[in-house]
Amino acid sequence: MKITINGKEQEFAQGKTLQAVIQECLQKTNHVIAEHNGNIVRSPQWAQISVKEGDQVELVTFVGGG
Amino acid sequence: MQTTETKHIEKTQDTPLVIGGKSFTNRFLLGTGKFKNKQDLADSIEACGTQIVTVALRRIDLEHHEENILEYIPKNVTLLTNTSGARNAQEAVRIAHLARESGCGNWIKIEVINDSKYLLPDNNETIKATEILSKEGFMVLPYMSPDLYAARELVKAGAATVMPLGSLIGSNQGIKAKEFIKILIEEIRDVPIIVDAGIGSPSQAAEAMEMGADAVLANTAVAMAGHPAMIAKAFAMAVEAGRLGYLSKLPAKKDIASASSPLTGFLYE
Repeated sequence: MKITINGKEQEFAQGKTLQAVIQECLQKTNHVIAEHNGNIVRSPQWAQISVKEGDQVELVTFVGGG
Repeated sequence: MQTTETKHIEKTQDTPLVIGGKSFTNRFLLGTGKFKNKQDLADSIEACGTQIVTVALRRIDLEHHEENILEYIPKNVTLLTNTSGARNAQEAVRIAHLARESGCGNWIKIEVINDSKYLLPDNNETIKATEILSKEGFMVLPYMSPDLYAARELVKAGAATVMPLGSLIGSNQGIKAKEFIKILIEEIRDVPIIVDAGIGSPSQAAEAMEMGADAVLANTAVAMAGHPAMIAKAFAMAVEAGRLGYLSKLPAKKDIASASSPLTGFLYE
């Protein structure tokens, strides 16, 4: 299935949870904030969200800024 | 009986900077953008002893795994997440909501900009975002163009501080908006005034503090300096010096000379 992560379409196996998708994309997940189809999902809930074809995922974190 | 040392300390003691009920002994805030490497940032934080640093939120680059900036910021330093990238109140609110989910506190520096040449903050949208986020329980520190009416509205909307720009972001021009910031310092008494943006050298930071600003935030001048940690320390010293200069109630400027030595009892009279 195709999922758009941070604006880029990527291919994943069917039936993944948000947790599994994030772990495939990132080595470390601390300080990562996730949005699933425009809704913020708290990290303890990542494993309860199933991701479907066409879903939009945004993964953000802290960077340097003034 | 007091020792000489205690008396000396009391006479030079500053009061803490209080923002939303939290006390800080250091009045220099550091931005964390543009550092050549994260170790320079960590060294700068240590050198200046800052207790508040700003950070931004961005999409993670999934192709280049970088170490998270938070690994380089001590846990006892208060994180102030900015809403950079927001072009209106709604976008600023969304960024604030994302920041809150990180579990790194609820301090938000509202930054709403939709002019890419001068990067001037949009005061109207900033007021709207401040109102929404303060009601939601955020500690809101809005970055603004120094305008008295806007500052009053921000305070009314629940801002914990007002952060007027000294000059354009990253310009190192110093306090070009001096006369307008002076008005804010004079009139906005309920919350601290933090001069943010454009402060390009320690002397400019001292100038802001000497005129009565409660704190100064700098980023570019530190991050882009040849020796960031050294200038970070110099900034903190300048902020403290300027603060004591303000508290000491300096005598006013005069147009004519006034002798420092007695004008009587000359040796050859």
